[in-house]
Amino acid sequence: MTKKILSIAVGALVLIYAIVFVVSGRAVFSISNPFQTNTVLQHKKPSELKIGVSLSTLNNPFFISIRQGVTETAKQSGSKVQVYDGQNSTNKQSNDVEDLIQKKVDVLIINPVDSSAITPEVKSANEAGIPVITIDRSSDGGKVLSLVASDSKEGGKMAADFMIKTLGQGAKIAELQGTPGASATRERGAGFDNTAKGHLDIVTKQTANFDRTAGLNTAENIAQAHPDIKGLFSQNDEMALGAVQALKSNPDVVIVGFDGSADGINAVEKRQMAATVAQKPKEMGKLAVQAAYKHFKGEKVSSQIKSPLELIVADKYK
Amino acid sequence: MTNTDREQKVVKEVKDKKVLQKLSGLGPVLALIVLALITTVMNPSFLDPNNLLNLLRQVSINGLIAFGMTFVILTGGIDLSVGAILALTSALSAMMITSGVPTLIAMLIGIIFGGLLGGLNGLLITKGGAAPFIASLATMTIFRGATYVFTDGNPITSKVMNDSFIFQFIGRGYFFGIPVPVIIMLISFLILYMLLHKMTFGRKTYALGGNEKAAFVSGIKVNLTKTWIYVISGIMSSAAGMILISRLSSAQPDAGTGFEMDAIAAVVLGGTSLAGGRGRIFGTLIGALIIGTLNNGMNLIGISSFYQQIVKGIVIIIAVLIDRRKKV
Repeated sequence: MTKKILSIAVGALVLIYAIVFVVSGRAVFSISNPFQTNTVLQHKKPSELKIGVSLSTLNNPFFISIRQGVTETAKQSGSKVQVYDGQNSTNKQSNDVEDLIQKKVDVLIINPVDSSAITPEVKSANEAGIPVITIDRSSDGGKVLSLVASDSKEGGKMAADFMIKTLGQGAKIAELQGTPGASATRERGAGFDNTAKGHLDIVTKQTANFDRTAGLNTAENIAQAHPDIKGLFSQNDEMALGAVQALKSNPDVVIVGFDGSADGINAVEKRQMAATVAQKPKEMGKLAVQAAYKHFKGEKVSSQIKSPLELIVADKYK
Repeated sequence: MTNTDREQKVVKEVKDKKVLQKLSGLGPVLALIVLALITTVMNPSFLDPNNLLNLLRQVSINGLIAFGMTFVILTGGIDLSVGAILALTSALSAMMITSGVPTLIAMLIGIIFGGLLGGLNGLLITKGGAAPFIASLATMTIFRGATYVFTDGNPITSKVMNDSFIFQFIGRGYFFGIPVPVIIMLISFLILYMLLHKMTFGRKTYALGGNEKAAFVSGIKVNLTKTWIYVISGIMSSAAGMILISRLSSAQPDAGTGFEMDAIAAVVLGGTSLAGGRGRIFGTLIGALIIGTLNNGMNLIGISSFYQQIVKGIVIIIAVLIDRRKKV
């Protein structure tokens, strides 16, 4: 008997809910949350801001530096920051971002694990009226207020300038390229090639997919085909480190890498590499927070913010 | 002491034991309530209906896998390949959707394929006589490797996925304001609950886990039942995969890494014994909710993600210790 009454009561409640739901004009089938309320942009002081940060991983020094940049800048201005570690899992990151949206943070700073997998969350944030700033990688869809990334073209130019200065005009060099089509490959390559044009003789350009082993094999082939090269520009440190192994018999070749990874900087200190164009992850974090402050002051934020780079040079080339 | 006194004492002891058993069955529910209370005190927005729905949606993927895992663990087995099955089947379905196969058909094929992969586990364990841990460990690496080969290590995404309403509806949609993954989880729960507690298949499952030889002697087709149980586990994993690809609008080659651990944790937190034969699928639902509440609650409170992992581990240890005491 009690069971009957109970089930009738539950059924009635469900029915009432469904009727109220439909009468209130919400969509029965929908992709966006029918209960989500959209917040409108209000001008806020940095000390009133709640910043939600989702990083792709925290077991890599590069991303730990990004976190440092974010938290230090935010603390100076008195903003509240909450940093989540995506542990390189797209699923964990999407849960994290959802929780941050629920927490009603004022702005999201995201360093996506994957640019396609983060798209739905960026759209959710858009629906909730929370501006999104991405670091290093962007989102394939949704509205992103600004992308903070290294100025790869400028980095390529720095590498070319260094080689011209060290090797002199018209020196023969080779170039190791990254994964074809990747934005880093295109931009680093364009920056280098444009500056080198007319000053350096690029005898060959080969792809080694940003991979150390591929860099080793490709550099060996290059050394066979062009034994007279004086320099080698590699579009990342991993391939450059492969090239270091391949060119051991010819240590005078000036190898320049890109990224400033721990291994890369180590190789520069050991003089195996001549230089590396170092990214500044801490600066990226700082720039992202500053962009958020600018947005909440009501100023326009540029959709692309270039983070500066630094050329780290081995002692003997200074 | 007279005889009647002694009888009364025995009756009282039996009664006490029954009450205790009932209470210990409620342990996970109590733990969930306490957790929810603590989180609410620390951050009242936990109880916001939007957040509760958000939490349920986050739980749904682990919930689905853990429901299948409950059957496996009830027989005293384990299935480590659930995350890899999820990855392989979701990559397959995503590829089919990208090349123009209608969403629902592609997902159905993916789920059937998941059942076959689970069946392969079952055959290795029953016909091959391999220990479930080893068999599923091996298939885990095989399926994961196959996923990398199949996807070439890249995520699969396409414009079709971003445009198809049905595709997005499965993982991100709302039906009467309730997230679709939650509805899928609850329907699956009801079906598997009936299967486990109202049908002979469920009684066979318990019999297998309690004493396999006795089950065999009493005429239960041990191998067939076991194989079906791994098929269920495979189906649930690939169903979870369909929700995941929709939520991420892409199939990631490394999707589902570590999901087996969360699923096993949910089962154990729900009071199911790893030795088999004892446990309930309702407990697993609560266990999954406990893990979800922990994740969501700690995020809301603002506990650093490093500490979150430690807390999760401690909660599981407490659950296991309580479980051991119950046995004594």
